[in-house]
Amino acid sequence: MTRHATHIAKPATVSTVMLKVLTALLPGIALSVYCNGIGVLLQLGLATVTAVAAEAAMLRLRGVPLAPFLKDLSAVVTAWLLALAMPPLGAWWLIVVATLFAIVVAKQLYGGLGNNPFNPAMVGFAVAIISFPAQMAAWGSPLLPLDAMAQLQWIFSHSLPAGAALDAVSSATPLDLLKTGLLQGGQDVPQLLTGTRFGQFGNAGGEWIALGWLIGGLWLWQQKLIPWQTPLAMLAGVIGMAGALWLAAPAQFASPLFHLLNGATLLAAVFIVTDPVSGSTTPRGRLIFGGLVGVLTVLIRVFGGFPDAVAFAVLIMNIAVPFIDQYTQPKVFGRKGARRA
Amino acid sequence: MSRLYDFHGGIHPPENKQQSNGTPIRQLPLPPLLHIALAQSVGNAALPCVQPGQQVLKGQLIATPDGRLSVAVHAPTSGTVLAIGEHAFAHPSGLPATTITLQPDGREHWQPRQNLPHWREAAGSELRDFLQQMGVVGLGGAVFPSHLKLAAGRLQTLVVNGAECEPYITCDDRLMQERAVDIVAGIGIAAHALQAGEVLIGIEDNKPLAIAAMQTACHGSTFRVVAIPTKYPSGGAKQLIRILTGKEVPHGVRATELGVQCLNVATLYAIARAVLHGEPLLSRIVTLTGAVTHAANVEALLGSPLDWLLAQAGLPAPATEVIMGGPLMGFTVPDLAAGLSKAGNCLIVKNAAEFPPRPAAMPCIRCGDCASACPMELQPMDLFWFAKAKNFGKAQEWQLFDCIECGACSYVCPSQIPLVDYYRFAKSEIWAAERDKKAADLARRRHEFRQFRIEREKSEKAERLAARAAEQAAKLAASQPPASATLVASDDDPKKAIIAAAMARAAAQQEAKPLSESHIQALDDAKQAAIKAAMERAAARKAAAQPAAGAAADSRVAANPPPASGMDDAKQAAVEAALERSAARKAAAQPVAGAAADSSVAANPPPASGMDDAKQAAIKAAMERAAARKAAAQQANSETAANSVSASPPLASGMDDVKQAAVKAAMERAAAHKAAAQQANNETAANSVAASPPLASGMDDAKQAAIKAAMERSAARKAAAQQDQQDPT
Repeated sequence: MTRHATHIAKPATVSTVMLKVLTALLPGIALSVYCNGIGVLLQLGLATVTAVAAEAAMLRLRGVPLAPFLKDLSAVVTAWLLALAMPPLGAWWLIVVATLFAIVVAKQLYGGLGNNPFNPAMVGFAVAIISFPAQMAAWGSPLLPLDAMAQLQWIFSHSLPAGAALDAVSSATPLDLLKTGLLQGGQDVPQLLTGTRFGQFGNAGGEWIALGWLIGGLWLWQQKLIPWQTPLAMLAGVIGMAGALWLAAPAQFASPLFHLLNGATLLAAVFIVTDPVSGSTTPRGRLIFGGLVGVLTVLIRVFGGFPDAVAFAVLIMNIAVPFIDQYTQPKVFGRKGARRA
Repeated sequence: MSRLYDFHGGIHPPENKQQSNGTPIRQLPLPPLLHIALAQSVGNAALPCVQPGQQVLKGQLIATPDGRLSVAVHAPTSGTVLAIGEHAFAHPSGLPATTITLQPDGREHWQPRQNLPHWREAAGSELRDFLQQMGVVGLGGAVFPSHLKLAAGRLQTLVVNGAECEPYITCDDRLMQERAVDIVAGIGIAAHALQAGEVLIGIEDNKPLAIAAMQTACHGSTFRVVAIPTKYPSGGAKQLIRILTGKEVPHGVRATELGVQCLNVATLYAIARAVLHGEPLLSRIVTLTGAVTHAANVEALLGSPLDWLLAQAGLPAPATEVIMGGPLMGFTVPDLAAGLSKAGNCLIVKNAAEFPPRPAAMPCIRCGDCASACPMELQPMDLFWFAKAKNFGKAQEWQLFDCIECGACSYVCPSQIPLVDYYRFAKSEIWAAERDKKAADLARRRHEFRQFRIEREKSEKAERLAARAAEQAAKLAASQPPASATLVASDDDPKKAIIAAAMARAAAQQEAKPLSESHIQALDDAKQAAIKAAMERAAARKAAAQPAAGAAADSRVAANPPPASGMDDAKQAAVEAALERSAARKAAAQPVAGAAADSSVAANPPPASGMDDAKQAAIKAAMERAAARKAAAQQANSETAANSVSASPPLASGMDDVKQAAVKAAMERAAAHKAAAQQANNETAANSVAASPPLASGMDDAKQAAIKAAMERSAARKAAAQQDQQDPT
């Protein structure tokens, strides 16, 4: 510390920031547990333990002091976001592999906290969905959850107690259903969306969880932990892109609302694209970054090979962040009139 | 109510002003010793004008300003100068500074005070000089000399800074509450000097008593007190100007260019005391706060030891760390034995409760809180990244130097990174690199000149050798023909002479090879140089003699082809020498002689294109005085030898130059006698060297010419004409 250092500081730390993010996830988690069952908590637990263990091991290997970096809770945030994006009844090893990849490769190999160019949770998710598409597509049937013991048994031993329907653990998501339904042909989007899995707004149960993320996001914004630009831009991107397609051909494309409430759209808008480390930091850059994530999400969902696309959209835009930041530097005080030299 | 403008960012740290703003400014007893540092402004330290042991009166000048950015320093009280030397100094560097140590005698005897009663009529420069002599500097902490701030005219807005936005500090608050009338008088003086259209007094709204007091004092004037929202750093000059006028003063632009100037209330108070009461800046208000028993504002003499000051406020425990300035921009005082400086607005004794140790820094997570807080709208996290990576070019591109080091970013950083430290580091590294670059440029120039000099010395050596070779060739040529006394007899020998001369030329050319082009070109300009040289009056004496000698020598030498290159070298040295003023006498002589020699070089007409290059080379040559003299001396040696060799009919133009030189030279009467005498000597020397016996008529003419030149001014022309006639064209 030099003699000239700033002598006072806000009592904020990385830990308090991360703790608030975790807190903001709680409403959504509660709703998810209500809809999807205890498996969600199990996934969260598995991810947390794996993440912290992997983080500790990597810090040790890197020769970095463990305590401050384990206490910063950033690994836990990554673990939770990843677990919440994964199928609640996915096999135990699926979340473990994804978390390991997220922490070891996407975060620590790039230099740990603050140095990862890609969102670790999204890297973990992308690895899982590319490597194990079948397992990743098997979601439990929402609102008809298995009892807790059955869920545990399924997650750990991949076997079901007698009498339980396989459908309860391997039903497709609405995004998946719509995609396969359209591929099979015969039915157009409005017809497909009359299925029970879609509920009233396109994702039975899922809309409540989405609302949970939104509540958390509003609180984070009120706490000045996330900017308004990125989430709103992403939602606008999704609505704009989906809306344009839907208006052009309502029979072939789902409505913007369907895209908003399905998949990880709102989770990403609040918690993923707002990740400061891998996202844009300039005000205009945040608008561009968020907006393009939204547009890409819809495009990949509709025209791509995977049912959900948030992870890919985020990773693609992560690549573009340095470029976006470079060209969206705000004008400095007193230099508004002139271009930056 | 005028419109207020917000500025981007800013922070709201705990104010902690209530500890010290409730009690009136205390007057302190005299401290046992005063340590008055001479560096009391942003400029050079003042120069002491008293001696140790000297008795001084209160207000007596003890150090005079050294340069524009420096201000005078005065004895804060009457007493004895104990010492002038290095003493602890309140500066973040921790380095001691030249300090006058004064022992107060307790009598507080003032020297006669001289105010500036006619300040309204006084010229701007008179007021500014007065303030510089009164030692008035900005008392907000920047200690920028006030006289320089009053240099502008026809100002649109004078912004008076009473914002005092940093936590803990309340000295301006109390000053405004208690001495508003004097402040307003100071505003009147500054507004008059700056011809300010309007005066806006910005005070943060957490100082209602100060606002009220200032409003009362401003009653009846056009000055307007404006309460501004409390937000750090609203007291930064750029921010306050923005708040009150909406104008943004970019880095590197003076506020006055936008028609605004900003002065602190304490500074204006000091201006009023100086101008109206003749009191130099001897004391200032200091907030003593933090872990002291009686936090308060005191009026302290400059130079009061800081530990003594803190003791006046009551220290329950020995002070461990003391901040001078505010908690955001202040620095830890390296040594409390230092005396109070004009920058010392606040002393905070750190306590553990309010100043917990900063947690260890974590990596930047690019949360952008710093960018949200930055009042200059910078991207502090990017600057941090660049500074950390020592990517200083990029940091500058990202406007590092716009950073005002307010510390808002460091304050909000959740990773607890001391961001401002990184910016200070980057700035100092860039400054150091610029200094290094300047030093390197100087070294490069020196090196280039050294290279040039070495080359020239080489060429001089070459020409010496060439001359020697030519001399030997000439001797050889001279020994060949039998001692026939007539010019006609030598008609048989030309072939041998030509061979000898050619050999000499070849040798000379070999020697001359290392010569750079510019040198060779420089030679061709010999005539010009000769003219210039000849124009030097001082040169006239010798000049009068030698051209005549050279011309005479030429005229009597038989028609042999000249060794051209050797001659050129000789000329070059002459040019260099000629341009050197101090060497003028010698130089003046040689070039003319050289020109005379040139005239004998029938085969080598000078290329005109080389003139510019030649000039340049000549200028460079002139840069080295000593070398030029040497060159001139060497020239003299080679000349005599060369002249004896050269034999071809001289060019008319060459002769003209000689004439000119001769004319000017001859204009100096007194010189003429000497010239005549020297002529005689030269002649004999020339005779002894010249192998073929000179023509008697030539000798006579030459002598005649010299004599005539000596006899009167106008004779010089005739002499030249006669020389012309002598030429065996």
